[in-house]
Amino acid sequence: MATITAPADAATRPQTRTPFSQTKLSTPILGALGIVGFILVWELASRLSLVNPTYLPPFTEVFAAVIEVVAGEQYRAQFWTALGNTMLGWSVGLVIALVAGVVCGVIIGSNRWVRDFTHSTIEFLRPIPSVGLIPIAVVIFGVRPAATIAIVVWACFWVILIHVIYGVTDVDPVADSTARSYGLGYLARARYVVWPTVLPYLMTGVRLSGTVALVVAVTIEIVVQAPGIGQMIAQYQSAGNAPVVYALALLAGVLGLVINLALRRLEEAVLGWHPSVRGEVIS
Amino acid sequence: MTTRSIGMRLVYALALPILIIAVWWAATLNETNPFVPKPGQIVSDFFGSWFGPLLVQQVLPSLYRLGVGLISAIVVGIVLGVLVGSSRVARKLTGPLFEFIRAVPPPVLLPVLLLVIGIDDRSKIFLIFLGCLWPILLNTIDGVRGVDQVLADTTRTYGVTGWQRLRRFVLPASLPRIMTGIRLALPIAIILMVVSEMYAAIDGLGYQIMLFKQIFQIGPMWAGIVIIGLIGIVLAWIFRVIERRVLAWYFGQREVETSER
Amino acid sequence: MSADATTNEVLLSVRGVQKIYSTPTGGVEAVRNLTFDLRKGEFACLVGPSGSGKTTLLKCISGLLAPTSGEVVLDGKVVDGPPRNMALVFQEYGRSLYPWLRVADNVEMPLKVARVPKDERRRRVEEALEAVGLAHVPTSYPWQLSGGMQQRVAIARAIAYQPEVLLMDEPFAAVDAQTRADLEDLVRSVWAKLGLTILFVTHDIDESVYLGERVIVLSSSPTVILEDLKVDLPEHRDQLETRSDARFVELRHHVYEQIQKAKTYTGDTEAVRTVA
Repeated sequence: MATITAPADAATRPQTRTPFSQTKLSTPILGALGIVGFILVWELASRLSLVNPTYLPPFTEVFAAVIEVVAGEQYRAQFWTALGNTMLGWSVGLVIALVAGVVCGVIIGSNRWVRDFTHSTIEFLRPIPSVGLIPIAVVIFGVRPAATIAIVVWACFWVILIHVIYGVTDVDPVADSTARSYGLGYLARARYVVWPTVLPYLMTGVRLSGTVALVVAVTIEIVVQAPGIGQMIAQYQSAGNAPVVYALALLAGVLGLVINLALRRLEEAVLGWHPSVRGEVIS
Repeated sequence: MTTRSIGMRLVYALALPILIIAVWWAATLNETNPFVPKPGQIVSDFFGSWFGPLLVQQVLPSLYRLGVGLISAIVVGIVLGVLVGSSRVARKLTGPLFEFIRAVPPPVLLPVLLLVIGIDDRSKIFLIFLGCLWPILLNTIDGVRGVDQVLADTTRTYGVTGWQRLRRFVLPASLPRIMTGIRLALPIAIILMVVSEMYAAIDGLGYQIMLFKQIFQIGPMWAGIVIIGLIGIVLAWIFRVIERRVLAWYFGQREVETSER
Repeated sequence: MSADATTNEVLLSVRGVQKIYSTPTGGVEAVRNLTFDLRKGEFACLVGPSGSGKTTLLKCISGLLAPTSGEVVLDGKVVDGPPRNMALVFQEYGRSLYPWLRVADNVEMPLKVARVPKDERRRRVEEALEAVGLAHVPTSYPWQLSGGMQQRVAIARAIAYQPEVLLMDEPFAAVDAQTRADLEDLVRSVWAKLGLTILFVTHDIDESVYLGERVIVLSSSPTVILEDLKVDLPEHRDQLETRSDARFVELRHHVYEQIQKAKTYTGDTEAVRTVA
């Protein structure tokens, strides 16, 4: 279709311009506006005492608290130690869940018999919320990072397991038979046929687990005061220090975003070359 | 896929669990450590301590809070989701904001809410509500946004507008995504229910379990954990039944499409 | 019966319709200048090469899109939104039927919204399904049916709605040849029985001559009318007989030539331009 470039025939024809909301520029602008608007409402609600300012400090105060917590003398040592503890539980738990999940997932997924026998057990154990196991973990490990790691492992293991099983069972039987007919042994088939199929599912599982692991780790820290960000929040909540509590909540959100973004980048990097990117396995 | 008789299916379903329980029972037969659970004991504790007044006093309040929080999240999530999803401006305004709020781990909000509202039912219900709202809201927005353009045009040409359009077109078309959102919210609801009761509460399932732990009644503690699991299973089952009825057309359509590939 | 539609009054009037799409890189003129009248009871076909603004024009006529300039007048009123007495049958039948409704409910739905009383609704639905030959599948879901049957449902829905004007946007393009032949005859018979006014858009030249009383040939974008010719074939059309008729071949040949010319058409009929 040709683009018109002839000079304007003034009188008659109206201009057609794209409405602002459809332009590409509008996305970041409106998005920023939304956030600013939210902050404004928050600030006003507090300052005008629409909500008790003791319990909902104005945004500016909270923001100042954020700076304090991250860099200020009083809190920063505690904050960064707590963050380290949380991330310790998060990463160790995630790695263990990953290894266990992949191993079990491949074993279960590749064998029809094993799948059938384990299906009911998996479907029974899977929905048991990790939080429910907190008392047990504390009984076994005490109020230490090990308890956090254990619960994180439980929560993430199932996510990874399910995704890996889906991936393995999704292997194209035609491709597999072809590989066999060319004399490819088990390891070779695993590398060239199974692995590329499983990888997208696995990456999705890892991304989901990253978020789950954070939520679980923080939960345990809040509930039983295991060392970490959650524990810090609980501590300042019982002390009634609202600005710090809110600041930590915001920081937790930032942490969540960072983890999510990092994992998405990882997923894209690993799967960038991969022709098919599967959708999320909604488990 | 070969057809399996009911008998075979039962064997597959029960074989491993029975084996596990048998091994567990044998291994703990002579165990005297009170911290190690025995299967028989759990069952007896389950009926012994949980059935009866405890069920009503502790479990019912939990379920009540769960129900109220979840249902209000569903209602608000769908209404808000339809409003935001139908307007490009609204979607862009709320996009990054919602993304950030979603990234905040819900349990973190618990102390915040306790500060603001205090340790009564309302803070727990509100926590469950907030935690469940996001998956439902975001999925509803996506569902509304993704309605088929041809179907939307058809709806317009037949003069279906306003409320009718919402009721007969937008809602049914977004329903699959809405159900996905609700399904994602279910485990969140249970988790937040338990967490809120374990942390600061005066009643509830989570509270009772922690109590048992503190007074070293490990058997009933384990039994309580089993109850949490059961609640999760029952809830998921109820959801599946509802989903199968409400989305029968959707599953049928998908089946036809996949078989044509 | 629309025996001699040339003496009927004008029902639909397309006047100087122009449509420019605004894109981030500038304006794209899909339709430059289209002017024609449709009389009551007429069966007119719009045919043009791929990329001519056929769908755009139909969307403007049906009120889904607003023309950049010019107007569409239906029954004396300017169209600025989908008018009550017009129905549109899309090419993508699979996507134009509500998958959560059964066939009969799909046909009935616009009537419910228009508050047609229950008995009347039921009667119309039955008759419409009967007319398109689907009286036996009212309780099926659309996705359980074949493509041809789905398009029939869409047509039945349009019929039950009792519009004055029926617009059809390449409705049989996505259907196999045999089904297409059946559906073409179906449209003709429905037109003859109900006295509708039909504007049928297609890229299939044979189809346009076979179906229409009148064929309007369009150029490629920016689209203008190249020719507006009368199809003087007998009322009764038959897939085998008519298509081998000498006059049919002649008309078809002529339209084909026009289309070929249309593909290389670069001039503009009116000095109608605007800035990107």
